[in-house]
Amino acid sequence: MSYPETYKYTKEHEWVHAEGAQATVGITDHAQHELGDIVFVDLPKVGSQVTKGQTFGSVESVKAVSDIYSPVSGEVTAINELLAKNPEKLNEDPHGDAWLIKVKLGNPGEINELLSAPDYQTYVGAE
Amino acid sequence: MSSAVSELRRTPLCDTHSQLKAKLIEFGGWYMPVQYSGILQEHTAVRTAAGLFDVSHMGEIEVRGPDAEKLVNYVSTNNASKLKIGQAHYSGLLYEHGGFVDDILVHKVSDTHFFICVNASNQWKDHEHMELAKLKGNYQAEVEFASERYAQLAIQGPRALATLQKLTSTDLSAIRYYWFVDGQVLNQPARIARTGYTGEDGFEIYVAPEVSNEIWNAVLEAGKEFGILPCGLGARNTLRLEAKMALYDHEITASINPLEADLAWIVKMDKGNFIGRQALEKTAADGITRKLVGFEMKGRGIGRDGYEVWLDGSPAGWVTSGGPSPTLNKNIGLCYLPTEKAVPGVEIQIMIRNSPVDAVTVATPFYKRAKG
Repeated sequence: MSYPETYKYTKEHEWVHAEGAQATVGITDHAQHELGDIVFVDLPKVGSQVTKGQTFGSVESVKAVSDIYSPVSGEVTAINELLAKNPEKLNEDPHGDAWLIKVKLGNPGEINELLSAPDYQTYVGAE
Repeated sequence: MSSAVSELRRTPLCDTHSQLKAKLIEFGGWYMPVQYSGILQEHTAVRTAAGLFDVSHMGEIEVRGPDAEKLVNYVSTNNASKLKIGQAHYSGLLYEHGGFVDDILVHKVSDTHFFICVNASNQWKDHEHMELAKLKGNYQAEVEFASERYAQLAIQGPRALATLQKLTSTDLSAIRYYWFVDGQVLNQPARIARTGYTGEDGFEIYVAPEVSNEIWNAVLEAGKEFGILPCGLGARNTLRLEAKMALYDHEITASINPLEADLAWIVKMDKGNFIGRQALEKTAADGITRKLVGFEMKGRGIGRDGYEVWLDGSPAGWVTSGGPSPTLNKNIGLCYLPTEKAVPGVEIQIMIRNSPVDAVTVATPFYKRAKG
């Protein structure tokens, strides 16, 4: 799977797609592949605050629980309801339909500190 | 990963797993396949068709000699005198205080020879425990650490028999559940036991490590028409949990005794002395304070190993194993609770990342195959 050039990435395997002050956050294809069959997704409430580098939820595969770290700071404006009933979508379309949360950015400049698509791909290739 | 990959033990099938693109992980000191195609898919293959597992990390201990039966009876909780030649049973090795050294499968090969399958990470400790018991009791028997002489493959599922039958002249349908035959697979000597750790019909075969790759490939080929899949430790765990089979260091540990673990059926108090007997007599007389019980999640979340279990607003126990049940499509688990609460129908909460999530205790096993 390719990593969209318009997204930014973290070393903890989340992606963020910013459009103005709004951003969409998800986990990468590499992350879903490493996790295996995803069976449960725990997301924050709409209106709660997320902080860059802090956990805001978790993704569970059959075997294990993994924390998700927020790539940006801000207020959660939406969560992906699809994942409550169909967590397996995260294995199928992690960069698209299976986004996790939408965030109103508190500090849009934070985005620039994240990895570009080629840098992330190099990073996971080397990991 | 707790140790460098290069330091981990490998089964003779390790390269084959890599070629099959298995995801390999550290497990109890071994470098083992956790999954090939995916845990859910592999789980379903075992419930509906067949699955093949490399369980060569498991240990084997052989006890031979005129006092072999006496020694086995002295170190284990079940009654080895009841076994017929060619029969196997589940049993426990206990410490004097009644806690588990290990859980084991005892096979009676002859009146003077018992073959014991033990857990991978416990095998050296088990061997030492049995060796010391032999010396202490002056039993005329040899306790051989035989793990290096065996690879073990498990072929499990409703089509396991049809799969394995293509590779052996032994009439597999004549082997009853928990019996075994010393026969051949692919013309190589094999101990073929109708046992397993999945809650499904199937076989566990013990063969020489040198022929294990050839047999592995042949089993996959023979089972192709049924949809056999190579299966890893991930599916092995979800399958055994549905069948409520204990896993060492989870349901049973050195500080848990068989009565607490709901395994009173493997303890035969009428057979004479055995290590741990005195402690169990006292425990039985005093009554146990905690007991293993199954649960199902009612709220959103998965109760996992080590999570606290709450009852009426206070911590009351802990989860020993928990996860999704692919067959039942529920989140299930096993936990220890105060004895009087370790019955079906009790409302409990599992503490999941500092939030209580509702669950209810249920009867076990969670899954039982239809006998046919």
